[in-house]
Amino acid sequence: MEIAQIATIASKEFWDRIRNRWVLAVALVFTAFALVIAYFGAAQQGSVGFRSIDITIASLVSLVIYLIPLIALVLGFDAIVGERERGSLDLLLSMPITRLELLLGKYVGLAAALAFSTIAGFGLVAIVLSTRLDLNALYHYFGFMLSSVLLGCAFLSLAVMLSVFAADRTRASGLAIATWFFFVLVFDLLLLGALVVTGGQWGGEIFPYLLLANPADVFRILNIFSLDDVRTLYGLTTVFPPALANPWLLGLVMLAWIVVPLGIASWRFRT
Amino acid sequence: MESSLPTLNDAGASLIVAHGVRKHYGNIHAVDGVDLDIRSGELFGLIGHNGAGKSTLFKMMLGLLPSTAGDIRIGGALVTGRDFRAVRRTVGYLPENVVLYDNLTGLETLWFFARLKGVSPAEAAPTLERVGLAHAAKRRVREYSKGMRQRLGFAQALLGKPRILFLDEPTTGLDPEAIRSFYSTLRQLRSEGVTTVITSHILAEIQERVDRIAIMTAGKVQARGTVQDLREQVDLPLWFSVRVAKEDFEAVRSALSHLQVDAIEAHDDHVKVRCRREAKMAVIEALARLDGRVRDLTVREPSLEDVFFGFSD
Repeated sequence: MEIAQIATIASKEFWDRIRNRWVLAVALVFTAFALVIAYFGAAQQGSVGFRSIDITIASLVSLVIYLIPLIALVLGFDAIVGERERGSLDLLLSMPITRLELLLGKYVGLAAALAFSTIAGFGLVAIVLSTRLDLNALYHYFGFMLSSVLLGCAFLSLAVMLSVFAADRTRASGLAIATWFFFVLVFDLLLLGALVVTGGQWGGEIFPYLLLANPADVFRILNIFSLDDVRTLYGLTTVFPPALANPWLLGLVMLAWIVVPLGIASWRFRT
Repeated sequence: MESSLPTLNDAGASLIVAHGVRKHYGNIHAVDGVDLDIRSGELFGLIGHNGAGKSTLFKMMLGLLPSTAGDIRIGGALVTGRDFRAVRRTVGYLPENVVLYDNLTGLETLWFFARLKGVSPAEAAPTLERVGLAHAAKRRVREYSKGMRQRLGFAQALLGKPRILFLDEPTTGLDPEAIRSFYSTLRQLRSEGVTTVITSHILAEIQERVDRIAIMTAGKVQARGTVQDLREQVDLPLWFSVRVAKEDFEAVRSALSHLQVDAIEAHDDHVKVRCRREAKMAVIEALARLDGRVRDLTVREPSLEDVFFGFSD
């Protein structure tokens, strides 16, 4: 494997996103949402203005969990199928580059664009709030940003996998939307439904493990468990064994959500 | 970048060898048992209808598509083998209907491909100049015409001084002047020892410009050789157009009466004579004996198109 080839593809993907202002647009969306949530997040409780970082992060988590998977899927769904459909894939593959290098280059470039806009967008907010945050709060906020990047990378990996499997761009975009619906909206409902239908008889023990089968849930647990104010608010402690809530373990699970779809994609893309 | 491939610079030696190559998609036999032997330094034309299997064969030669059976070697190395990177670095490819990146400028496009090929980006500007695009170097490909895109695609293939060029329908979208300058570049490259494989369905365009051709129909190579070899193989008749005064028509007819002539047709101011190739010189001698009554004489050899239809019918 030649790193230089991966870097060439990755830097083209990254600069393409910088030049067409994709990175800027996404970063601004994140900044705007984060600021609005930080200042108005507690409006329901009858007050306006920044209150606590825990509440802010908890609100941001519920937003990001919808937004980032969608952005990542939209970013990555045509990575390969787009080149194939436009007709530029053959020329790329005729270069001294392996298919794996091409795939990784695409992924790394897109992931860098997504990570950059996430960190820039939320980082700007951290700077704005910095006078009101102590070190501990900053640490939590930093954890939130990092896990947001991981969440994006996991869904980007899924998107690139779809992009290898799909026969054309239309189908790839359909699959991307379906993936979003499944992991972000349907998955938790299914688990909840199973719990309710069986009157809590089924699945109590394996539920926490089932949550790991969804990167969006892993992201939620990662963030919520580290915040004392919020843990009780969400009532998560009651269903989730603390042993599983180790951030390193959850980080590893997230990493698996990045590596496995990419691995499947490269297996499928090898010829 | 120096190549480690052994036979690459050996003019006249076998360079690209295809052996029993097949590509089947279910019941469709896109390429159906092709043997080819393309020699170092030659300009080789692959001709055939759209859908004859030329592009599929091309993609297999480049290792973009695995073959169902058979193998293809470039300079002795399998195109899909471990040495593929070394092979690729010696090859330039212009796909049919090349698609480049609209958001990049011409210069940026070449920088990108130069990096992938491991070539210095400093090669980009002179290469653009070589294909006549220096004036558009800083313009985005989005604004390029079809012909300019095609030339940029050609420029990309020329990066890194490849020893072998695979050009799939390279003159599509080019105006006659650009076609001319394109072939003059090819001749120049040939004099530098570059081997070129070119496909085309515009037969008139390549017949005088390639060293050897292979005719493909329905996934098979029907014939290969120089255009002259193929003319002889199909043994198509030639046409003489003999310009004479009307009162001399009979003289021509009787001068040719004892020869093996297929047909003699009288027109306004000339006689058309159709004969087999082996009678050609005898006909010319007989006409020469007509003591200046023949005012002009043209011989029409069967064109590549005639040859092509001779093979594909």
